[in-house]
Amino acid sequence: MVNSAVSKIKVDPRDAKLSMAHFYVAFIALALGGLMGLLQTLVRSGKYELPGGIGYYQILTVHGVMMGLVLTTFFIMGFQYAAVSRTAGTHSNAARRTGWIGFWTMTAGTAMAATMVLLNKASVLYTFYAPLQAHWIFYLGLTLVVVGSWIDGAAQIMTYAKWRKNNPGKPSPLLSFMAVINTVLWIVATLGVAATVLFQLLPWSLGLVDTVDVLVSRTLFWYFGHPLVYFWLLPAYMCWYTIIPKIIGGKIFSDSLARLSFILFLLFSIPVGFHHQLTEPGIDPAWKFFQVVLTFMVVIPSLMTAFSLFATFERYGRSKGATGLFGWFKVLPWGDARFTVPFIGMASFIPAGAGGIINASNQMDQVVHNTIWITGHFHLTAATSVVLTFFGISYWLIPHLTGRKLTKAMNKLGIIQGWVWFIGMVFMSGAMHFEGLLGGPRRSAFSTYGGAKQAAEWIPYQIAQAVGGSILFLGIILVLIIFINLAFFAPKGEEEFPVGEAENPQESAPMVFENWKLWLGITAALILFAYTIPFIDIIQNAPPGSKGFKTW
Amino acid sequence: MHMHKFEKIWLIFGVGCLIFFLTTVGVSAFYLGNKPPSCLTTVNPEKVDQTKPFDKPGLHKVEGKDWDYELVYVAQAFSYNPAQVKVPLGAKVRVIATTKDVVHGFEVAGTNINMMLEPGYVSEYTTTFDKAGEYLIVCNEYCGAGHHLMSSKIEVVE
Amino acid sequence: MAKAELKTKHKTEIEDSSSLKGTLASVFLLGFFIIITWVSVYYLFVERF
Repeated sequence: MVNSAVSKIKVDPRDAKLSMAHFYVAFIALALGGLMGLLQTLVRSGKYELPGGIGYYQILTVHGVMMGLVLTTFFIMGFQYAAVSRTAGTHSNAARRTGWIGFWTMTAGTAMAATMVLLNKASVLYTFYAPLQAHWIFYLGLTLVVVGSWIDGAAQIMTYAKWRKNNPGKPSPLLSFMAVINTVLWIVATLGVAATVLFQLLPWSLGLVDTVDVLVSRTLFWYFGHPLVYFWLLPAYMCWYTIIPKIIGGKIFSDSLARLSFILFLLFSIPVGFHHQLTEPGIDPAWKFFQVVLTFMVVIPSLMTAFSLFATFERYGRSKGATGLFGWFKVLPWGDARFTVPFIGMASFIPAGAGGIINASNQMDQVVHNTIWITGHFHLTAATSVVLTFFGISYWLIPHLTGRKLTKAMNKLGIIQGWVWFIGMVFMSGAMHFEGLLGGPRRSAFSTYGGAKQAAEWIPYQIAQAVGGSILFLGIILVLIIFINLAFFAPKGEEEFPVGEAENPQESAPMVFENWKLWLGITAALILFAYTIPFIDIIQNAPPGSKGFKTW
Repeated sequence: MHMHKFEKIWLIFGVGCLIFFLTTVGVSAFYLGNKPPSCLTTVNPEKVDQTKPFDKPGLHKVEGKDWDYELVYVAQAFSYNPAQVKVPLGAKVRVIATTKDVVHGFEVAGTNINMMLEPGYVSEYTTTFDKAGEYLIVCNEYCGAGHHLMSSKIEVVE
Repeated sequence: MAKAELKTKHKTEIEDSSSLKGTLASVFLLGFFIIITWVSVYYLFVERF
């Protein structure tokens, strides 16, 4: 009885409105960024040129900023805000006001950065490596996005803290706990990018200082850059751990192990930024290797996740009478878009994770570093595992928030969308991986490199990428149709916000998991250990700084 | 908190794999000398042309060192100097490169020579050119409007 | 603890593990996939100069 009441809990309409505001921005970013992605693959096939003197690197910047920073951050904040409201109770007026302030700060920052990119004052890609120097308004805009996300995240933390206060000695609801872990991870990680933007790039672009220390800036960026991808991934894991079991009618394999894996992500996803700088000068190889070891630690929670998910599926399948080693696989609800679309995302994480281990393997990075293999890699992790899961979440969360229903037709379209994405990505990401192993560089417009033989071998792969990119763009059109339908036109009704229950509810999670002093302390200690000495080395042995360049 | 027996088996196997990978690359890097390019030498990025060895880009035979040749490159948007070079097959070469302006990549396609060039830093990598053929050097880090035109060529000849 | 009870408990534990044999097989397939891809790229690294 309690359970059925719980499953009917709705997100308060006032909270729903704020979540939806996030989703509008996110899906506009998807539309814009998706179009740019299509154009990029067409240009790089060599069969198409951009009209009106638009630069390839300008649209590449739009694609990266829209997809990597705007779509993800807005979707995640909107989703987590709703998830906390659903599981820890409606946000207080103060928390909601905080959330809105965060939302508008992020939106204003996005508009500022986007304007500068569109005016071609900031074609520096979303990684904005110094000494490429963008307009100061671009950097200020990024600062506002980050600060806005902190304020936005504070709303979730406030509601979590209120729940803890009202329920002393009890482990918090799993989904809220996970949302707060991810928000804390984000806050700790963004300190790095905030530091380089506020103390280095902003004064430098304003002309207050003449030069910038390039390696310090890059190191601060990558201190942020790797946990950034875990900030994208953890909401997908939230869905896989807690929501998918409910959708298929099964149970969460283990509440405690899910919490443990999230804590491991908090601890080990930050002190690992050097694995993005493995081929860089100025960093001691021993410290690089140390961070490589820490990077491998962060594989462990993903190994745990893989086991938990398969176990949830097998337990469910066997409860439906499935037999044999893999019989349970067939009885999964393949006709339900809420399951199938995220499932394609999960399956993609197998090659995505395998590629990630290769990228992080110290000197093996020389085979793939900055080749288009890397682009192929994060189009599996971020642009398939994460994004397809986000789409799968939207298919029930949008109608839940707007008081509508996911109709049979839309459900079917959702499944088609998932498979279209899969096929498009097999072509695009697959071709990127192979081209990368042959040496094809990432982030480059079409080029024959003066008729070089090696470059000629890359072109067929680039045509395959354009085919994949076109199929993926079709997938984006389908997502947008479904989103608009669910937001404005689907029939009124009630769509469930599914939240799974643990297989052994009597085995409650150890309270040590909620000991934030402990986990933040270990996080800080690991970061200090991994970064202090190499960072002092970098500053002490710094060459003369660089003045700004505008080479686009 | 309890863990299923199969999950323990899986984690032992998984962590075992990770340790195997780490040991393999660790021994290769620190015992066999295959560390990723991590040169700690610095240079004034505005005085690259006046600084040795960048005042004479190109291939130079050297004596009394662990390598036979030094191959010196200066990168700037959007070219490498030298634009073409011939290396004798089997030569042990120290590739030394830096940039005069923004961050560039230095990737000899189809080889393990793949390093970042950052203003103020010297990047080095030593290897034996043991396969004949034509190799394309591409800039693999975005450096501006002509990024995709930035290239050079190495011919490894008998 | 009664003997009978002990027996049933033992039985459920056996079922507990046997019912996850598909999971174990799946994760090991995943593990072998990771090993094969990693070793392939490591081979490329060793093979190239």
